[in-house]
Amino acid sequence: MASANNSTTAEHLMWKGGIQPMKVGYGKLMMWIFLLSDTFTFSALLVSYGLVRFSFPTFDGLRKNFEFSNAWWPIPERVFEAVPFLHGIKAPLVFVGIMTFILIMSSVTMVLAVEAGHRRDKADVEKYMLWTILGGIAFLSSQAWEWGHFIHGSADGLTLANGTKLFGANLVHNEYGPPAFADFFFFITGFHGTHVLSGVVLNVLIFYNAANGVYEKRGHYEMVEKVGLYWHFVDLVWVFVFTFFYLV
Amino acid sequence: MAQHTEHHGHEEKLPAQTKEIWRTFWILLIITSFEFVIAFTIDADHYKWTKIGIFVILTIVKAYYIVGIFMHLKHEVKSLIWTIILPCVFVVWLVVALIIEGGYIGFERFFFGK
Repeated sequence: MASANNSTTAEHLMWKGGIQPMKVGYGKLMMWIFLLSDTFTFSALLVSYGLVRFSFPTFDGLRKNFEFSNAWWPIPERVFEAVPFLHGIKAPLVFVGIMTFILIMSSVTMVLAVEAGHRRDKADVEKYMLWTILGGIAFLSSQAWEWGHFIHGSADGLTLANGTKLFGANLVHNEYGPPAFADFFFFITGFHGTHVLSGVVLNVLIFYNAANGVYEKRGHYEMVEKVGLYWHFVDLVWVFVFTFFYLV
Repeated sequence: MAQHTEHHGHEEKLPAQTKEIWRTFWILLIITSFEFVIAFTIDADHYKWTKIGIFVILTIVKAYYIVGIFMHLKHEVKSLIWTIILPCVFVVWLVVALIIEGGYIGFERFFFGK
C-alpha cells in the first residue's frame, strides 16, 4: 500500500510512516501550521486594535478641520505624512507606500529564489536571496526612521488644556491622540518588524547554505521554500497592517 | 552528464513559471496604487463606510494573490487548503464581535464617565 506512494514521491518528501499526508513534506506542513498560529497572534493584536479604536470617539467635524487631541482617535493619514529628506513637506501615506512597495518587491524576489531552487540553479538562488535580504534590510531601515519620527513628533507639538506642550509619542504620552493609539502602533508594527528581522536572519542563513552548496549536495532546495513561506507571510501581515492601521 | 541534461530540460520551462510571478506582482502593485487613489479621491466625510468597505475587499484580494500564488496554496491539495483557510474564517467572527463590543465600551464611557 505504502509503496505505491514511494514510486512517485521524492525521498526527502516522505514521512517516516512511508506516506505523504497532504502531499507536502513534513517541514513545509509544519511551517504552514506555525504560520496559522502566527496568524492568530497577529489577529489578536489587530482585533484588539479594532476594539479599542471603536471604544474611542472619532473627530466630530469635517476632515479638513481635523485637529489632534487626546479626546478622540486620530486620522492616520494626518499622523504619517512625513518623508525622509523632505522636511516640512506634507505627503500623507507616501512613505508607508514606499515601504509597502519594498516588501512586495522582496516577496517577488523570494518567490523567484524558490523558483530557481526548483530548477536547482545555485547561482540564481544566491542572486535572488541576496535581493530579498536587501529588501528586508531596506524595510527595517524605513521602519526605524518611521519610529524615530513618531517618537520625536512634529515641530509644533500638541498644547494640552493646562498649557503644557507634548512632543511625539511614547507608551504613556501621545501627541497625536489617545496614548492607546501610540501603544498599538508600537506593538503592532514592532511585532511585525521583529518578524521581518527574524526573516532576514533566516534568509541570510539560507543564502549562506546555498552559497556553500549545502542544498546542492542535499539534492533539493526545499529549505528555500520553507523560509519563503515565512517571508511571504510577513508580507501578508504587512498588507493587513497597512490597511487597518494606515488606510482606514 | 545525465544531471546536466536534466538541468537543461528544466530550463526551458523557466519563462512560463516566472510569468505568473510577475503577473501577480503587477496585480499587487496596481491594487495598492488603486488604494492610494481611493484614499485621496473619495470624500471620507460622506462616504466613510464605502471607503472602508473597498479597502477591506481589496485587502482580501491582495491576500488571495499572496497566499494563493506566492505561497503556492492554490496548487496544494484540498485538505491542506481547508486546514489553513477554515480556522481563519472564525477570526472574521472575532473581528465583528469585538468591534461591536468596542462600540458599547465607548458608549458606556461616554455616558457614565471613566
